[in-house]
This record gives sequence, C-alpha cells and structure tokens, in this order.
Amino acid sequence: MTGDGELRELAAKQAALGEVAGAPAADPVNVPMIRHWLSAMGDANPVYLDTGVAPPAMAQVWTMQAPVSGDRSPVNVMMTALDAAGYTGVVATNCEQTYHRYARVGELLTPATRFTDLAGPKRTALGVGFFATWVITWYADAGEPVAEMLFRVLKFRPPEKRAEPYPLRPAVNRDTAFFWEGVRRGELRVQSCADCGELRHPPGPMCPRCHSVNRAHVVAGGEGVVYSYVVHHHPPVPGRETPFVVAVVELPEGVRIVGNVVGCPPESVDVGMPVRVTYRPMDDELVLPVWTPRES
Amino acid sequence: MTGLDAAVAGIGATDFSKDSGRSELRLAAEAVLAALDDAGLSPAEVDGMVTFTQDANQEIAVAREVGIGDLRFFSRVDYGGGAACATVAHAAMAVTTGAARAVVCYRAFNERSGRRFGQPDAGLGGQPSSQGMEMSWHVPYGLVTPAAWVAMFARRYLHTYGATSEDLGRVAVAMRRHAATNPAAWFHGRPITLADHQASRWIAEPLRLLDCCQESDGAVALVVTTTGRARDLRRTPAVVTAAAQGSGAGQMMMTSYYRDDMTGLPEMSVVGSRLWEMSGLTPADIQTAILYDHFTPFVLTQLEELGFCGRGEAAGYVRDGGIELGGRLPVNPHGGQLGEAYIHGMNGIAEAVRQLRGTAANQVSGVRNVLVTAGTGVPTSGLILSGVSN
Repeated sequence: MTGDGELRELAAKQAALGEVAGAPAADPVNVPMIRHWLSAMGDANPVYLDTGVAPPAMAQVWTMQAPVSGDRSPVNVMMTALDAAGYTGVVATNCEQTYHRYARVGELLTPATRFTDLAGPKRTALGVGFFATWVITWYADAGEPVAEMLFRVLKFRPPEKRAEPYPLRPAVNRDTAFFWEGVRRGELRVQSCADCGELRHPPGPMCPRCHSVNRAHVVAGGEGVVYSYVVHHHPPVPGRETPFVVAVVELPEGVRIVGNVVGCPPESVDVGMPVRVTYRPMDDELVLPVWTPRES
Repeated sequence: MTGLDAAVAGIGATDFSKDSGRSELRLAAEAVLAALDDAGLSPAEVDGMVTFTQDANQEIAVAREVGIGDLRFFSRVDYGGGAACATVAHAAMAVTTGAARAVVCYRAFNERSGRRFGQPDAGLGGQPSSQGMEMSWHVPYGLVTPAAWVAMFARRYLHTYGATSEDLGRVAVAMRRHAATNPAAWFHGRPITLADHQASRWIAEPLRLLDCCQESDGAVALVVTTTGRARDLRRTPAVVTAAAQGSGAGQMMMTSYYRDDMTGLPEMSVVGSRLWEMSGLTPADIQTAILYDHFTPFVLTQLEELGFCGRGEAAGYVRDGGIELGGRLPVNPHGGQLGEAYIHGMNGIAEAVRQLRGTAANQVSGVRNVLVTAGTGVPTSGLILSGVSN
C-alpha cells in the first residue's frame, strides 16, 4: 500500500506535467444535443437555438467519456493510487466553472487537464482523506479557450465497519479496571494485596485478610483445570450461539475464575480437564479471557 | 424458648396460572384480602406489611387497594426467593416486640406472562452496583440464567458424589407425583416418569427441562400476629417456633463459585443451625418439610445441609423414596414449585400452614412441626412452624 508521503510525491509529479491534452470531442457542437439538453434542464430561453450557440454549462457535455481502463491521464493515475492506498471513498466537493465565450454550433472542442493539487491527509466527517484538485480547459479548433472548470474531490478511507457491539458487557470500575486492561494486553491478572500478598479473584477494594486497600496484581501463568462447567443450550443468549460451555477454572495460583471453554466440542469437556487461557475479542472494545484444552 | 411470640393466622392466594390477565397489584390485593378473610381480621386491623425487594407492589399501594389504614411497620427483604421465609421472620419479630400487632406478608407477580426470571437479562452485568460488579465476572461469558448458575453447582455435586441426572430426575418425579393430587397445582393430574425426565431436553447441562421449576403468575399472602391473638382468631394458628435468615462467607447471588467447596449451601447451613438452636428440635422432630425447589439439585443439597442425611447421601435418600408421601420425610406435599406453582417460595409457607391445620390436599399424618426453606443459591431464610400444642 502506498504511503501518504508517496502519494504527495506522485501528486507533485502529476502537477509538474502541466496541462495534458485529452481526446477531442467525438462530435462537434450540434443542435440536437443542445435541444435535448435544454429540454432536460427545462431551459426555455430561445437565445441558444436562435443564435446557434451552446449553453455554457454544457461545456463538459461535449467531451465526457465513459471511464476507460488503463487511462494514464494525470487525474486517473492519481485516483488509482489513492484507491490503492485505501482511500477508496470519493465525494465531489467543489466545481467552479469559468466561461470565456459561447461555443458555437459546428465547433469541435478539445479538453486539456492540469492536475493542480493534492492536500491531506485530513480528518473529515467521512473519514481521513485527501482533497485532489484539477482544472479542465476546453479549447475551440483554433486553440482558443471556451470554458474551464476547477474540480475537487475528497478521496477518503471509509471507516472500517464496526463490529456489532457484544451485548453481554461487564461493568468495570476502579476496583476491576486492572483486570480488563490486562486482558486487552493478553495478561490474566489476579489481584494481590500489596501488603500481605493475598491473591484474590474476583477482586475487590479491600483485602479481606489484612484490610489493606493497597492493591497490586500478579500475572497468572495462564494454565488451569476445569473445576465445574455447564453446557448452555436454552434459552437463547444474546451474542451467543448455543450450545456453549462455561466453566469454573481453578488456577495453580490458587484462585478460581469463570470463563468459556472453546476450541473443542462441548461433549469433550470434563471436570479436571487441563486448559490454557486465550483471549477472544468480542467486538471492537471488549476482549474476554477464554480457555482451550491443553496437554496435561 | 425461641424468644418469638408469633403465629401465622391466615393464608391467602390467587389462582396459579400462566397468564393471570390482571395487574400484579391486583394479584397482591386479592391474595392479601383472602389471607385476612382466612384469619378473620379486617384490613383496618393490619398495621404492618412485609414483602420482597423484588416485588413490584409497594406496601402503601397494596394498603390503599385493600383499605389498610395506618402502618407502623414495613420492611422489604432482599435476595430474590431467599426472602420468602424472612418475610415471616421480620413479621414475627415485629409482632413479638410490639412494633406491630398484625403484619401481612405478600408476594405477587406475573412471572410467566410478565418478566420471566429464566430469560437472559443482558443488563445484569452492566450496572455499577456491587451486584452488577459480581455479575460482571459471569454474565459476559453467557452465564446469565438461573438454570445455568445452578447447573454449575450441580455438575460439581454430581462429580463429587457420583450422583447422576437420574438422581435429579427422582426429585422432579416426586414433586410432580405430589402435584398430581393437589387440585391447586398447575400440574394437577399430570405426573411424570423418570423416563419423561430423561427424555426432556437439556437446558443447561447437567439440568434438563424437567429439573427446572415452572413459571407462574399468582400471589400468596400470609397474616402474622402474636400467638395469643392468633388463638382467638378463626383458624388454628401455625406457631413460628423458629425463624432465621442466613448468608455464608464468600456469598454471592447464585454464583458463589469461589468458596472452598461447591457441593454445599453454606447459607442454608447458617439458617438450619439457627432453626435447630432456636427450636430445640432435631430433624427427627420434623414430619414434613417444604424445601425450595426452583431446580432439583438444591433439594438434595438442602437435605444434607439441614441434617436430614449426611453429606453426599441425599441421592440415596431420594432413591429410597425418602422425600415422597409416606417416605421418611415427605418433601413438598403440595408439589412444590416444580409441581404446584412458582410463587417465589411463598406458596410453600402456605402449604406448611395447611399441613399443621390438617387441611392439605396431600395431608401428612400427625404433623406437629414443618420446616420451610426459602431460595437456594442466594442469601436465604427458613422457618419451623408448629401446631399450637407444641
């Protein structure tokens, strides 16, 4: 994937190319297209057909082409690179047209494009992205500019689709936050009393043995043995597929903890089964410690 | 001997159904009025009320509906079904001390047609209360239903004592057999076999559907007053010989998995020892027991914790027909919550009163003392109710 710096370098190269001519219009400015356009826009002004000129806002109409694959125009090179870098979203943000004179019926217009600027990355409501700007000028047969258009798009990285929030959330407070922080780092933390060393799970604010409120924790080795378990079948539980196993796991450190046993069929779980902790992300925020079978 | 001077003087209930078609407040009012009528007391004579913290009907609302006037005592008991016997314990202390003269205990809910306790509540773990923090060690793993919470204990119990799913099934079969001959029971006329139990689907292994109590709409109310006053009322009093609440070390709501042992119910042991101590009775003095049976496994555990049999012996006790009508200790002659209705344990207290009055559908002969327990797996409570001659 291209980095942001490389994107800016590529943009500078495209800008340095200056104006690059495109393919001339397939057809000259003509009455049927003008009539059709006026009708579609609901523009009843007779001046265009009466005098044989095109409405200026039609500038783009004469040269617009279906997207061509392998188009190496500066704009297309830049757009392809942005897509490849993950900035796949696109939204037009600016379109400013300048009219030098009317295009007359019978004139063949030729566009030329200057890539002018790539700004970013910027944080936007749609996501992080780059603003890309270019200018198209339409020339008449004699090289006389008829109209020009500044066009700007935001190419953004669509926010990753957030996982559906897991509905069975723990309450976390200042007595238990250390445990959940540990889980996010892949540590199974067991509260220890900073004064008498007593280990305790579930944790609490005061050591029941010495009444100290100074708390620390140890990181458990991660091995345990199933002390008891259930296989839940019914009723359905939000966020869960049945059947699933929940066990009381006894740790060699001397405490018990409740968690799911995963990675094996429910019927293979038994009291006394050796297990090892692993960490399972439930959504974008919550990670739960769960248990898988291990060799004893 | 107990320090208590209290008796249950009246019992009342609504029908037990799956869809009451009326508000929980109306159910409460109907049951309270029925209990007062049973006792022969007028609403104006009630000056105390006790219910569960989980009950949706405030005491003052029930009082307004029924026409109860000044209240001098009101109290709420926490911890789900563990509150059942404690409502009577609080009422008994109130009338003994004179804080109130006549106290109504009640529980009313549409637990089947309204909020069903057996359905997962994803929000259980999300609250920053101490209970929410406690649940947060379990709910995120999908351990979120009462059946699953109990199943975790049951697995360890079965493993430790070599008991089986069939041993749990025998409890369900006995309760349904009792309910089959109780016209007030939802499962009246519908006994099950052990084969039915074994064929019923898994809910949370090792619990099957028929290990789980039913879900019910309904209400039960009890009137508690002093023994002396109860003697002057319409019905034979059921004397509160002992009443106790209990919670154990390392206690949690349904998930006390971090204690040394997972095969017992220490909180029920706290209740039991206090009941025996207060009453001066022993298990041999109990003719029938009402044991909280929201799920079959804890019936076994309670038999052990209360001293009706030794540790690990309950499966054998049940296999020998010990808990059936005619057995060593008929348990839940009304069919319990597995068979009659799930009114959070309050219908069991009413059954204990009927057994003492001699008016039960499945009357046990010679009943002098009935032991009643409340919710299991939670901080709980218990009663010994006795006939007046005791």
